[in-house]
Amino acid sequence: MVAAPESTDTSKGLIGWIDQRFPLTALWRSQVAEYYAPKNFNFWYYFGSLAMLVLVNQLITGIFLAMDYKPSAAEAFGSVEYIMRDVNWGWLIRYMHSTGASAFFIVVYLHMFRALLYGSHRKPRELLWIFGCVIFLALMAEGFLGYVLPWGNMSFWGAQVIVSLFGSLPVIGGGLVDWIRGDYVIADATLNRFFALHVAALPLALVFLVIAHLMALHEVGSNNPDGIEIKEHKDPQGHPLDGIPFHPYYTVKDLVGVMGFLLLFCAVIFFAPTFGGLFMESPNFEPANVLQTPPHIAPVWYFTPFYAMLRAVPSFAGTQVWGVMVLGASVLILFFVPWLDRSPVLSIRYRGPIYKIMLAIFVVSFITLGVCGLKPPAGIYPLLAKICTTLYFAFFVLMPFYTKFERVKPVPERVTGHV
Amino acid sequence: MFKYGLPIAIACLAVGFAVPAGPAMAEEGEISLLHSATDINDMESLRRGARDFMNYCSGCHSLTYLRYNRMAQDLKIPESELTAKLMLTSTKAFDGINSAMPPDAASWFGKQPPDLSLMARERGPDYLYSFLKGFYVDKTRLWGVNNIYLPGAAMPHVLEEQQGMQKPVYRSEPDASGGAPMVLIGVDMMTPGALSPQEYDVFVRDIANFLDYAGEPVKAKRQSMGVFVTLFLVVGFVFAYLLKREYWKDVH
Repeated sequence: MVAAPESTDTSKGLIGWIDQRFPLTALWRSQVAEYYAPKNFNFWYYFGSLAMLVLVNQLITGIFLAMDYKPSAAEAFGSVEYIMRDVNWGWLIRYMHSTGASAFFIVVYLHMFRALLYGSHRKPRELLWIFGCVIFLALMAEGFLGYVLPWGNMSFWGAQVIVSLFGSLPVIGGGLVDWIRGDYVIADATLNRFFALHVAALPLALVFLVIAHLMALHEVGSNNPDGIEIKEHKDPQGHPLDGIPFHPYYTVKDLVGVMGFLLLFCAVIFFAPTFGGLFMESPNFEPANVLQTPPHIAPVWYFTPFYAMLRAVPSFAGTQVWGVMVLGASVLILFFVPWLDRSPVLSIRYRGPIYKIMLAIFVVSFITLGVCGLKPPAGIYPLLAKICTTLYFAFFVLMPFYTKFERVKPVPERVTGHV
Repeated sequence: MFKYGLPIAIACLAVGFAVPAGPAMAEEGEISLLHSATDINDMESLRRGARDFMNYCSGCHSLTYLRYNRMAQDLKIPESELTAKLMLTSTKAFDGINSAMPPDAASWFGKQPPDLSLMARERGPDYLYSFLKGFYVDKTRLWGVNNIYLPGAAMPHVLEEQQGMQKPVYRSEPDASGGAPMVLIGVDMMTPGALSPQEYDVFVRDIANFLDYAGEPVKAKRQSMGVFVTLFLVVGFVFAYLLKREYWKDVH
């Protein structure tokens, strides 16, 4: 290129005017153009940016849905059909939102799995991981609340089951449930407050948490599939030798991921929006009916692993609270992973076979639990759920032992290649 | 790059799905549904289904969420024909499709005839098709009929004149306690109706198809749009990949 006008001089023009009043260029440089990311990111590193994409999709489609949705027990179901039939492109906006909910959990589960593969939760990224766990909790709450809004029969009975879980807590249970419902049954008041939480409180919390998650990430820098610190080898300018600027390298690479994702996402929206009853359950095409319990109440697929663990625990000493405690523990235990993992190496590439086997068992148990949670608790499923609940917890509880004493491979000094 | 992660994940997914694949679908004691082979793009079938629905079903069943004029527009039914032949229970074209049932019809049937706007989404067109073919004579019931796909159905066999009447077919199945109770396994034609079995199949397939349309009027448009969106994204993916490859040439 010919000597272009000093491209780094941003003291002139509109950008310059802004820069004198707001650190626009400085932010762009520090967070994007000169944020150095390891050059060896692989397939598993697409899901962070994809989660952001889905979040934006949910926020925008959600705003448009809220324009026509009526959060009242009498009108909610009809208003959703109004969106599906009478609002211009309402069906597309609603399918983008409903498919987006499932897509959100798919990308977030894969994003979390990536951390388990490459030790992305380990020092110095513990707080980054904890922010992520809080995001996951907020996302579960958001998903549950949103599922109630169409006020179909599964919305209603799902809310009934989930809210009643709080009732099993000793002493405060009964009062807590009334406080959550705002009534003595799941009713108009419940729907109204769930709407408020779903469209205002939790999206706000999610956005702030995602910002905190990104700030923590950019403070410590990204991990990579080799699980080694790229900041230990820098060039004379102080840039990591194995790092490349996020922009343009990862913006264009993530664009490929975005296109691939949208291809699958749109295939679901246009050809299978209910995804065989997994993304939108059939009983939810019937309005909420207090008198008619669906033959089999199952939460949406992304909650079924946890729901299966809840059901796997029998009631004991006259209370169901043990199952609720297991449910809570199954999510809260994630927060402790950075300290449970005692391996001298981060990445699965340099770990021994035991961690690989344990991780494989964990994934199989989690998916099997998901299937168990979809099925009525009969036949082989209750036993399967009990076994897999044990294996799920074994992965975490035994982690300090099998990671500490495992023979690991030598870790290279520099990252190994890129594609 | 995919050194360990991907193979492990794929293996895990494979095992995870293989475990429950066996007994997953078999629901005990249920007679499996017939395959309706409805086609949401078959306009002729949808128009026949609309006509037959208005004549035989709309007396009792409403389609509250489907407006007459939306139906006419989607199914390309001229306005004159709509008002003269199809709007049997309402006068305003922008109304939802009403039934002639009073709100207390439950006292006649034991149950208010349900709105069918979303029945195809809830139960599927195969269920509707099977249900309309599933009536059989059962003198113990209020209307003298029962249905193999919805035992204890409150609905009379409205289409008896077309289909005729079927009789139940039983088979004795030995059980664990040594007895051999009779189990309902299907139906057989008893007295033929005005339509041949083949004609009746088409007749009820049209109604099931129409109700599939009524459940999601945009379905045909959604699927045809999807083809273009997919093609657009395939091209977008190729360009994005080429762009990435170009930019990454200098990363070593």
